Amino acid sequence: MAELTYLQAISDGLRTEMRRDKRVFVIGEDVGVYGGAFKVTLGFQEEFGHWRVIDAPLAETAIVGACTGAAIMGMRPVAEMQFADFISCAWDQLVTVAAKQRYRAGTPVPITVRLPSGGGFSGGPFHSQNPESSFAHVPGLKCVCPATPEDAKGLLISAIEDPNPVLYFEHKHLYRRIKAEVPEERYTVPLGKARIHREGDDVTVITWGAMVYTAAEAAQQLEGDGVSVEIVDLRTVMPWDKVAVLESARKTSKVLVLHEDTRTGGFGAEIAATIGEEAFEDLDAPVKRIAAPDTPVPFSPPLEKAFIPQVDDVAAGLRELAAY
Amino acid sequence: MAIAREAEPVGSLREVREAGLDREDLLDVYRNLLLTRGVEERGHILYRQGKIPGSFYTGRGNEGASVAVATAMGPDDVGTPLHRDMGVHVVRGVEPWRIFAQYMGRADGPTRGRDGNVHMADAKLGLIAMVSHLPAMLPVAVGCALAFRIRDEKRVAIGWFGEGASARGDCHEAMTLAGVRKLPVVFVCDNNQWAYSTPSHLEFATEHVADRAEAYGFEGIVVDGTDLLAVYREARRAIEKARAGGGPTLIESVTLRMEGHAVHDDAFYVPKEMFEKWAENDPLERFRTWLRQNADMSDDEEEEISGVVKKILNDALKRAEESPLPDTSSLTEGVYATAEDLDTPHHK
Repeated sequence: MAELTYLQAISDGLRTEMRRDKRVFVIGEDVGVYGGAFKVTLGFQEEFGHWRVIDAPLAETAIVGACTGAAIMGMRPVAEMQFADFISCAWDQLVTVAAKQRYRAGTPVPITVRLPSGGGFSGGPFHSQNPESSFAHVPGLKCVCPATPEDAKGLLISAIEDPNPVLYFEHKHLYRRIKAEVPEERYTVPLGKARIHREGDDVTVITWGAMVYTAAEAAQQLEGDGVSVEIVDLRTVMPWDKVAVLESARKTSKVLVLHEDTRTGGFGAEIAATIGEEAFEDLDAPVKRIAAPDTPVPFSPPLEKAFIPQVDDVAAGLRELAAY
Repeated sequence: MAIAREAEPVGSLREVREAGLDREDLLDVYRNLLLTRGVEERGHILYRQGKIPGSFYTGRGNEGASVAVATAMGPDDVGTPLHRDMGVHVVRGVEPWRIFAQYMGRADGPTRGRDGNVHMADAKLGLIAMVSHLPAMLPVAVGCALAFRIRDEKRVAIGWFGEGASARGDCHEAMTLAGVRKLPVVFVCDNNQWAYSTPSHLEFATEHVADRAEAYGFEGIVVDGTDLLAVYREARRAIEKARAGGGPTLIESVTLRMEGHAVHDDAFYVPKEMFEKWAENDPLERFRTWLRQNADMSDDEEEEISGVVKKILNDALKRAEESPLPDTSSLTEGVYATAEDLDTPHHK
């Protein structure tokens, strides 16, 4: 095992698959000579050549559409959006073409789209978004949101191996901040299987991505108050692990759903509704949501800090639930 | 001023032989052409009988061009035909009864009732099912070509679009990527002069759609889409050029959409004289006359071919009507692919 950053783990997963499977190739803006805006594919073009690490024109529709065509022809394309925000330009290719092709025409579209997402460093309205709930709503797409380096590698390999279009949301704020031991060999982490980031008995937090660490810090604070917090890291929001969520809800009987995406229609609403439908009688408090407010992501540091759920916000929410 | 090359009509049988079709091939082409028109005419009857849910679209006037391009394709080539390109499905070998089943939303249509009209394709025949957002299929065709280029296979992808679709960004992005990477793709613009009710001069400001090719770094050709053999010759040339590593070509095939956008539309906005003028250049009639004058197609041969086509259509209709409607218990099946779904020729 080597200690890798979250970003290195993504590179490692991608490199592992490209070495193992000739059908895997990378296409995106500046992914070749430059190694990608965040350097995930640094050195890849030297190793795999410029027909497997393809510098594309600034054309997200063409990038994702070409992945679909190549996938139908038997390749396993991995597209990089320079920022998750730019996926809006390829909405049609994902939602209209790739997502529906299996259902209506019987044609699988095994593509992976990597989406550097999330805020926390003044990226402003167009370099900070977390658009996973929009895509989780589209039947035919899968959405992956790893939080740890080990998952970043294993989930990326699963995404590439999966016979469906998979959106892989990699949180930029975790890239170099989070480091952990990652197995050197190839392994997969199944899509649709949550992990318990921290065990606890009194309150459950359901979350994913960078918010796992925000929740963990808040849980630490509550330990001093004698409140034991369980954190369920969903890992993938589509498919999502309903079993694990309901199990933890029944165990603690109090649930906080936390995400960095905006509140209304965010994926947390789906989780809260499901808990309400299926575990109502096991609850000792209403399900609580903490999410960003319904605004674009602001640029200026104090505004952005007020926008993204902070440790203190989560701790306050947990205290409220614990006292209920 | 036109920038694209304007293709000459095809004259003699010798010229056609040089382009790769002998007399037998030509009779097959005629059969496919009759079958293409026949499928859509019978479909229209089914629609009037109330057997087709939703709307109904035909490619009347474009049958020659769609049959021609598909005839020029090699067996391992692939394409993304649209709703005016029934001839492509017919030439590639889709069984007509499955087309009727598709029209009627039956369980045996290529989409098993999950999609309607020409929104279908048999992947085993190298075709990819279109979506309603027509130019969205062009980047997909370019992606097929990219796969061929990465694997160094001598295969070509054909991407169809209309002059209306040419207005959208997908078209520009697809041609940009294909141009910079010199990919083995041929773009075929079915310019039928009307995008629903919008005429060409409100869709593009150049003289021809094909004039744009120059800007993407490849050749543009304008061809009379009612001249099946001229379209064939240009498509063949472009496909073989792409196969040899010469990069993309944009072929604009000009026809007139001889019916409304779909059956509900009487096309009142198309000047009557325009229909009259183009009716004189019906692609089927034009090719039939050419065969009689240049390839000595006899009355007997002609009769035999129409007899065969009629029988195929009658049998197909009967079989399609016997196909059941889809079972509603299958509603939620197949939204996501399983690993076994990847067990296709392309993925092996």
